[in-house]
Amino acid sequence: MNSAYLLYEDHEQYLKLISKGEWTIKTVPQIEKLLQKVPTDRKIIWDVSGVKLFDSAGVLLFIEYLERFQKHTEVKVVGYTPKQQEMYNLLVKSMHESVPPREEHFLESLGKKVVGLYSDFRDFLTFLGETMITAFHVITHPRFFRLKETVYHIYQSGFSALMIIGLTAFLVGMVIAYQGAVQLAKFGADIFIVDTVGISITRELGPMITAIVIAGRSGSAYTAEIGAMKITEEIAAMRTMGFDPYNFLVLPRIVALIIALPILIFFADIVGIFGGMVASGLQLHITFGMFVDRLYEVLEVKHYILGMIKGPVFAFVIAAIGCFRGFKVSDNTESIGLQTTASVVNSIFLVIAFDALFSVIYTELGL
Amino acid sequence: MSPKRVIEVKDVVTRFGERTIHDGVNLHVNEHEIYGILGESGSGKSVLMKEMIMLLRPTAGKITVLGYDVTDISYEEAQELRREWGVLFQFGALYSSLTVAENIELQLKEYTDLSKQLREELVRTKIAMVGLAPHVGALYPSELSGGMIKRAALARALAMDPKLLFLDEPTSGLDPVGARNFDKLIVELRELLGITVVMITHDLDSIFSIVDRMAVLADKHVVVEGDLKNVLQSTHPFVEAFFKNEYTQEKYLGKIKAENVQ
Ligand SMILES: Nc1ncnc2c1ncn2[C@@H]1O[C@H](COP(=O)(O)OP(=O)(O)OP(=O)(O)O)[C@@H](O)[C@H]1O
Ligand SMILES: [Mg+2]
Repeated sequence: MNSAYLLYEDHEQYLKLISKGEWTIKTVPQIEKLLQKVPTDRKIIWDVSGVKLFDSAGVLLFIEYLERFQKHTEVKVVGYTPKQQEMYNLLVKSMHESVPPREEHFLESLGKKVVGLYSDFRDFLTFLGETMITAFHVITHPRFFRLKETVYHIYQSGFSALMIIGLTAFLVGMVIAYQGAVQLAKFGADIFIVDTVGISITRELGPMITAIVIAGRSGSAYTAEIGAMKITEEIAAMRTMGFDPYNFLVLPRIVALIIALPILIFFADIVGIFGGMVASGLQLHITFGMFVDRLYEVLEVKHYILGMIKGPVFAFVIAAIGCFRGFKVSDNTESIGLQTTASVVNSIFLVIAFDALFSVIYTELGL
Repeated sequence: MSPKRVIEVKDVVTRFGERTIHDGVNLHVNEHEIYGILGESGSGKSVLMKEMIMLLRPTAGKITVLGYDVTDISYEEAQELRREWGVLFQFGALYSSLTVAENIELQLKEYTDLSKQLREELVRTKIAMVGLAPHVGALYPSELSGGMIKRAALARALAMDPKLLFLDEPTSGLDPVGARNFDKLIVELRELLGITVVMITHDLDSIFSIVDRMAVLADKHVVVEGDLKNVLQSTHPFVEAFFKNEYTQEKYLGKIKAENVQ
């Protein structure tokens, strides 16, 4: 076998290995393949004098195979330069026994997850408690209320979201109307499309769509903003200056969303119904006039109110989870990503869970 | 009469889970002194400072700062105390959404009734005091170099003219000239405003030139506290390794001996 890096000569009693050329990080993978094929049934004489260039990877490879060969047979190394010897000594000195990676048992990782969930839950309760204390303090001392920040967040989470909320609601309204139209047309009950669209949008879909879009849009932003501030120690700096982060960061966001979300829901209701109106016009030839007249008859105010009541609840859930997840960010950038994901997943899930809860309550109350 | 004690740390124990960081730490800081906290990486210097400024709570023990027991303090007292000190974080921790000037102005705005004009003047003075050019005030933290961040953060820490200044590695990451200027500035502030400075540092130049007294943290304890002479008498391995290696011997200790002889 011959190559630019390794030759071997077969002799009766011994095998002569001759290393040459470059033994560097670039050539090591090829050399390793060659070394694997070296037979170890005889004594080996390893001549390294031909190596022109070497680095730590090359020497490590040499050390590894030297040890491997030594396990099977006698090895004699010849022709090394003082420099090679030095490098060899340095690397041997700094080599550690490799520790096998600890294997985690299934039960162990399950246990860890459960404990993690439990401590998340406990931390969230602590967070809620701190928020409540701060809220109480601000209610009793209104001059501490951060109006400027709150207005800023109403603008950021509310006004700036009008476009996307409008678009989403419009499309959902249209889809509902199209789907309903196909079914209702079978019975010739075309006009009932107004009931379907009106009630489902105001009572269920308006609040839900708005909350989900805002959870994705503002909930994640809250987590990322607060998380970044945690990493740069801005939050610690605030604390040392006597600026309570719950008052400066959490409360404005929660209050802002509690104000903004119902307004957005109101907007989504209107645009969603308009979407339904457009689709009904196209599909069932119900004019806008007919639609609005019918809407007056069937859409009781109670449906609208029942939908609106959900607004502040969803807002609180989204803002609280968003801020809480931000505070959970630990000192590495990866955790911002993890917490932001968790924030969106948690808040969307909770929004849907609370929506289900509202449905149960409304049904039980016969509303 | 012994000097007034600004900070007193008594038998402080700190544990994170099962890991003990401090196991009975004792030290005190006198008024008007520049006090150094030394120790190897991971010995719990930053944690100790965080406990002094109420960012962390010790597991056990007592810490008194400016007469308040920070391990048992009411909300109102804590808020009062927080206006008495300035803190310089290891990496500046400037508010990234505010300009340098706004960073410095923030506490003045929140806590005082100064007119806008006076506030701006104060901000300009602080910017000049730490050796920053006037135009830096309008920049955002992301537009600053490492050294400028340190200076801006110091200016912010000085905004309320605190009596007590906490500095976490103030000269790390500065060029040698900048670091010496920073040292000079700290001494000047002490002379001028009579403040007390607590600083974590590895900087031998600072330790030999401006620190009055210091504590060396090692093995979960303060292994030695006092002025340079006291500390040098210690035979603890960390002190030996830190102060009595060839490099320090040559560069600093030789000088000190020469001075003592004079
Ligand atoms: N919040 C925390 N939770 C758990 N362990 C922590 C926490 N903060 C610090 N530690 C641990 O406490 C020890 C002391 O940390 P500290 O930051 O005080 O070191 P240091 O002396 O300031 O070191 P350096 O000189 O590198 O800044 C470290 O081992 C660190 O891992
Ligand atoms: Mg530190």
